[in-house]
Amino acid sequence: MVASGAVGAVELAQAFLRRIAEHDPGLGCFLIVDEPGALAAAAAVDAARARGQALPALAGVPVALKDIFVTQGIETTCASRILRGWIPPYEGTPSARLRAAGAVLLGKLNLDEFAMGSSNENSSRGAVRNPWDKSCVPGGSSGGSAAAVAAGLCAAALGTDTGGSIRQPAALCGVSGLKPTYGRVSRYGVVAFASSLDQVGPLCRSAEDAALVLESIAGHDPKDATSIPEPVPRYRDFVGAGVRGLRIGVPKEYFAAGIEPEVERAVRDAIAELGAQGAQLVDISLPHTDYGIAAYYVLATAEASSNLARYDGVRHGPRAPAAGGLTEMYERTRAEGFGAEVKRRIMLGTYVLRSGYYEAYYGKAQQVRTLIRADFERAFAGCDAIVAPTSPVAAWKLGERVDDPLAMYLADVFTVAVNLAGLPAMSIPCGFRRGLPIGVQIIGRPLAESTLFQVAGAYQAATDWHARRPPLA
Amino acid sequence: MSITRREVWEIARLCRLALTEAELALYERQLGDILGYMEKLRGLDTTGVVPTTHAVPLCAPLRDDEAVAPLSREPVLAAAPRVRDGAFEVPRIVGGEDP
Repeated sequence: MVASGAVGAVELAQAFLRRIAEHDPGLGCFLIVDEPGALAAAAAVDAARARGQALPALAGVPVALKDIFVTQGIETTCASRILRGWIPPYEGTPSARLRAAGAVLLGKLNLDEFAMGSSNENSSRGAVRNPWDKSCVPGGSSGGSAAAVAAGLCAAALGTDTGGSIRQPAALCGVSGLKPTYGRVSRYGVVAFASSLDQVGPLCRSAEDAALVLESIAGHDPKDATSIPEPVPRYRDFVGAGVRGLRIGVPKEYFAAGIEPEVERAVRDAIAELGAQGAQLVDISLPHTDYGIAAYYVLATAEASSNLARYDGVRHGPRAPAAGGLTEMYERTRAEGFGAEVKRRIMLGTYVLRSGYYEAYYGKAQQVRTLIRADFERAFAGCDAIVAPTSPVAAWKLGERVDDPLAMYLADVFTVAVNLAGLPAMSIPCGFRRGLPIGVQIIGRPLAESTLFQVAGAYQAATDWHARRPPLA
Repeated sequence: MSITRREVWEIARLCRLALTEAELALYERQLGDILGYMEKLRGLDTTGVVPTTHAVPLCAPLRDDEAVAPLSREPVLAAAPRVRDGAFEVPRIVGGEDP
């Protein structure tokens, strides 16, 4: 993945920029392409190499960022009208670390507005299309990130995952997407959705690539009080370590009704492959799985309603004209600036926090969160990793679920519990359902990203699902 | 638990969202569906269960007491829709008429 000198960084950046120009108009992944910035960063890598300097880990690697990462001097909107035109005066930590590692930033990627959605249809800048079938959704909310990696428009992308927003689009687009342990990657300069759940991670073409990117962005940051101080391992060393002797838990609740038969078969085949490689398969139970969605959507919307109170037409973005004073200005700016799903979640979060309902919803959901964490703790007493489907279904048609938000929420059934428990988890490709990718999810103990790379690396060494590419017209 | 149109209107005010009648009707139905689904939480006995606020134990670390340069005012104000005399400008909230 790292340009070794066989190809120049400028040459590589130009090749990706040409692919973006050719294929992105039909996909809608990029909100901004920063051609001058990309070429300048690439030229700096080439110059350093010409001088004989040692190159950092990601030197010359063309990457792109979900447009929820704050980038100094480059418009950052979260695909929302309410941040239109915002040019941040500072740089967030994840993007700064990518740049410091030599990566070449091609541009900013589409998403569900403020990362709220599972289909990338909640974007004020238009939906993203799935490169495997342009009539289908790419998943969300990091839909632009997953689709861009799948279509070869960037070598790697960063996304964020609050309830599945890296893993689910990775599954639906056939790429490898990792949500690290809560706190493993700094959230400084990442626009907040639900602060107790949000985490940054890579979407790449393989587990090995994801290991290199995570090594570059993980680690303590004094600017994020929730960032974890533990040192960052050399994750790449675990990709080839194999799974012999590893105990892999298979949770029965993740193969329940509602899962597509092709998805179940592909995931069970993947588990069998790990067994064939010497992993010990263990049946486990996560008994509170069925309560995950309800607890998650109480907590995530409550936190969102608070985080999004800051968008008020005073400090950034457009302001709606209002003759009636400050309150009317707030109400009109926010009504015009937020899309339907963001409004829905702000309302829901405000409702569950409301005096009189707080204990019944928010307090209760926090208790259920404890039970879900305890489920995982018990399970990990008997296994080293858990393997299960990422999404119960492959990609669906654009427009199919937009009028039924509850149905859209229910599709997150296999991803939200991991966020509630703060665990690391990764989705990697494991097959197809009528031409659309299927993802298998690997869940680890806190800070056990290395185990995820072991499992994913072993699987990808024996299979080629992750190497398949969509035929782009 | 269902939600009434009046409650949706009240919530919208609390959220500082000016909603149309059509939006109020839509959210009455959709929030009702979602809150109805969340009712399942009530079926779980959580007596004595300690609530989780964060998955990772948190402390409030203190940084060293060293002066750091804040963002300069110019690029921050450049992002605002209206500024005056080096400050964010908002509609008048105390006394008098808007200028």
